[in-house]
Amino acid sequence: MNPLLALFDGLVYGSLLFLVAVGLTLVFGVLRILNVAHGSFYALGAYTAVILGLWAERALGSGWLSFPALLLAPVLVGGILGPLIERLVLRWAYVRPEVLQLLITFSLFLVLEDLQKLVFGVQPYFLDRPLQLLGAVEIGGVPYTRYQFLLVLVALLVLFGLRFLLRATPMGKILVAVVADREMAQALGVNVGRVYAVAFSLGVGLAALGGALASPTVTIAPGLGAEVIVLSFAVVAVGGLGQVEGAALGALLIGLGRSLAVYWLPELDVLVPYLVMVLVLLFRPVGLFGTVEVRRL
Amino acid sequence: MPQNRSDKPLLEARDLHLRFGGVIAAAGINLKVYPGEFLAIIGPNGAGKSTFLNICTGYLRPERGQVFLEGREITGLPPRTIANMGVARAFQIPQLFTDKTVEENLLLALAAREGFWRWLPLRAKDRVEEGQRLLRALGLEPFASFAVAETPEGVRKLLDVGMALALRPKLLLLDEPTSGVSSEEKLHVMDTLVQALRAQGVTAVFVEHDMDVVRRYADRVAVWAEGKIMVEGEPGEVLKDPQVLATVVGVEE
Amino acid sequence: MRWPLLLLALLVLGILPLFLPWLGFVFTLALAKGLAALGIALLLRAGLVSFGHGLFFGAGAYAVAFALREPGRGSQEATLLLLLALVVGLVLGFLVGLFVSRYRGIFFAMLNLAFSMVFFALLAKFYHWTGGTDGLRVPTPTVMGLVLERNVFGEVLFYASLALVIGLSLLLHTFLETPVGKALGAIQTNEVRLEYLGIPVQRVILLTYLLSAGLAGLGGGLTALAVGHVVPELAYWVASGEFVYIAILGGIGAVPGPLLGALVYELIRTFAFKYLAYSWQLLLGTTMLLVIFFAPGGIWMLLGERRQRVASK
Repeated sequence: MNPLLALFDGLVYGSLLFLVAVGLTLVFGVLRILNVAHGSFYALGAYTAVILGLWAERALGSGWLSFPALLLAPVLVGGILGPLIERLVLRWAYVRPEVLQLLITFSLFLVLEDLQKLVFGVQPYFLDRPLQLLGAVEIGGVPYTRYQFLLVLVALLVLFGLRFLLRATPMGKILVAVVADREMAQALGVNVGRVYAVAFSLGVGLAALGGALASPTVTIAPGLGAEVIVLSFAVVAVGGLGQVEGAALGALLIGLGRSLAVYWLPELDVLVPYLVMVLVLLFRPVGLFGTVEVRRL
Repeated sequence: MPQNRSDKPLLEARDLHLRFGGVIAAAGINLKVYPGEFLAIIGPNGAGKSTFLNICTGYLRPERGQVFLEGREITGLPPRTIANMGVARAFQIPQLFTDKTVEENLLLALAAREGFWRWLPLRAKDRVEEGQRLLRALGLEPFASFAVAETPEGVRKLLDVGMALALRPKLLLLDEPTSGVSSEEKLHVMDTLVQALRAQGVTAVFVEHDMDVVRRYADRVAVWAEGKIMVEGEPGEVLKDPQVLATVVGVEE
Repeated sequence: MRWPLLLLALLVLGILPLFLPWLGFVFTLALAKGLAALGIALLLRAGLVSFGHGLFFGAGAYAVAFALREPGRGSQEATLLLLLALVVGLVLGFLVGLFVSRYRGIFFAMLNLAFSMVFFALLAKFYHWTGGTDGLRVPTPTVMGLVLERNVFGEVLFYASLALVIGLSLLLHTFLETPVGKALGAIQTNEVRLEYLGIPVQRVILLTYLLSAGLAGLGGGLTALAVGHVVPELAYWVASGEFVYIAILGGIGAVPGPLLGALVYELIRTFAFKYLAYSWQLLLGTTMLLVIFFAPGGIWMLLGERRQRVASK
């Protein structure tokens, strides 16, 4: 019952949640679309990572190659599916009302769920090589895998990396400009279409990264994406739509909440993300870091 | 042109202050509106005229000051409550239900006044008849079954006001009733409007930029400048004042 | 107009199950979902999309399951059970509606989703009360006091569902002609103006919401009786998404729309599932994309256009 352990558990789970959800909030921030298919990209990232990792070990001999596989998978998924889907499907969604946008991405989710089954089959996959290779350490008598530390590290890297990207790089600043005022950015000559494609691909890649990194810790089977998407919604709603730092805070809150529940009221652990979501939305509908758009008369 | 100063005011604004977006929208507004009169509000853009209407209808809350309707305080009440107390608003850009026809817009407004929650169709016989009368009074009959989007600006303006009139308000607040209307149509619109208003005995306050309209239809004028009322009085005198002309010149016609 | 076509469809709907009883089962499920989709369609008219009506659907279903576990004759009667499902939906809808009616747009959708996922998690987790992920069995109830054989019950249930749906559709049609019903579309186009006319928009939304929840609850109850088993998935976000899908597929412009959508959806699902086990979702997803891009008014709109084109020849 060491609170420190609960804290660390929460941190690890929160890191994973952040990695999974940050792409969703980024895509909403730039494209103003809530991507229901976000979970599908997570699943595809996981599948791809597992396939690559298993193949790499069999074909090239080393289990350590599963690590680069974890990083290659999101690049592939994001780089290929991102631009493809944005140009073929999303492009037609921007002018449509919110409801139809949600349905469009919901339909995408349905399509990808089946494509996933057709390509990868319905049998479960496991790839715990990365976990095994890094081994475990004991903290306060409780074994922790070093992989969990890696997750936290990567989450922090992604958080600061994104902040740096958005504030200090030219592309990042353009993204921020488009988020703040689309028409103005367009008037200033920004190719908004290309920005959307980049932002979406980045979001897809991040989702796939989350999936890839989570793959050693879960069983990869159909239905993975559906679970993840609602968790991501919870994180993003709590943190504020479009807010990267908000996603971090939301993920941390939910992660901590869940691990505390696991220690004190284990039956409620699955409820925590949605309870937190309900509470935050009731008291601050735009999320903790969200901004309100006011209508002028 | 009734002007009973000894009457109690229908609407009274006391010492209204409001600043938003870094702009001083109201800096001590004191105004009384008397039953039955037509009061015009003029002044340069950004002087706080629309803000005043928004405060009176509950859309905005003043930082300081109060608004009274027939002696009862209405400061800070929501627009819905104030509307039910007899204050109706018409808008600079017509606020219409674009999913409905001209007639349906009016019928909905009539239903809002009475019988909104009843299990009766919107097109109940009595309501349709009253709607027809209102359409006729405003000259909108030929457009009754048109979709709102397919009507000219003048029609939309009149419909916007018509919806407010359907509430049979005690006080009607109009925001630039003739803006966006071609100069040929302007007088027609105002004539129709004023006739309908006088027929119902409605008190009206209207923000206006067209001095012609002000001269023809207003009983009193109040001049706004930088969130304050510079001067008020009868149009004949106020509009001769050189200071007034200097403040609002360049805005008219 | 499309109404003769509709009557024809109703006739076919009514007669086919006499020859193909398993079709009656499919149709019952479709009608149940159609009711939920009707509720969604009401909210959609006001510009509100709920991704959380699985909450009411599941609550209605589980209420029926719980009741059937209780001793006492009243709780074994189908008519009372369906009434229970409806009331559970209405009451829950009112309670949840008190909160959600203050929200719009994405926030409305997400708060609804959140509530339904809390419920889903409760259903899945509390094995002792809800049967957990296995769910609960729903034994065959009596109908007007009569004990019926399972097959016969299925047929009776179908015709009861059909009658319920027709009756509720007529009621809804009348509702949509009242000022409150007409105000729904106005909420989407100019909510502020409604407020300025003195209409309490939030109260209108609350009323509509609880009506939609009642419809979904009833649908859940019908499903529980038809399938004989309830599972937490009835409250899952994907189920909620299906209701929205069905509403848009059928078209929200008129009351028969979502019902048609439900029939088409359930037929596709049943047959595709049999022959294209790993592709039926692909099929549904692609169909929706096509509908959104090429026929956004849904099937109902398509039927109307076709008739007009035929008439003009």
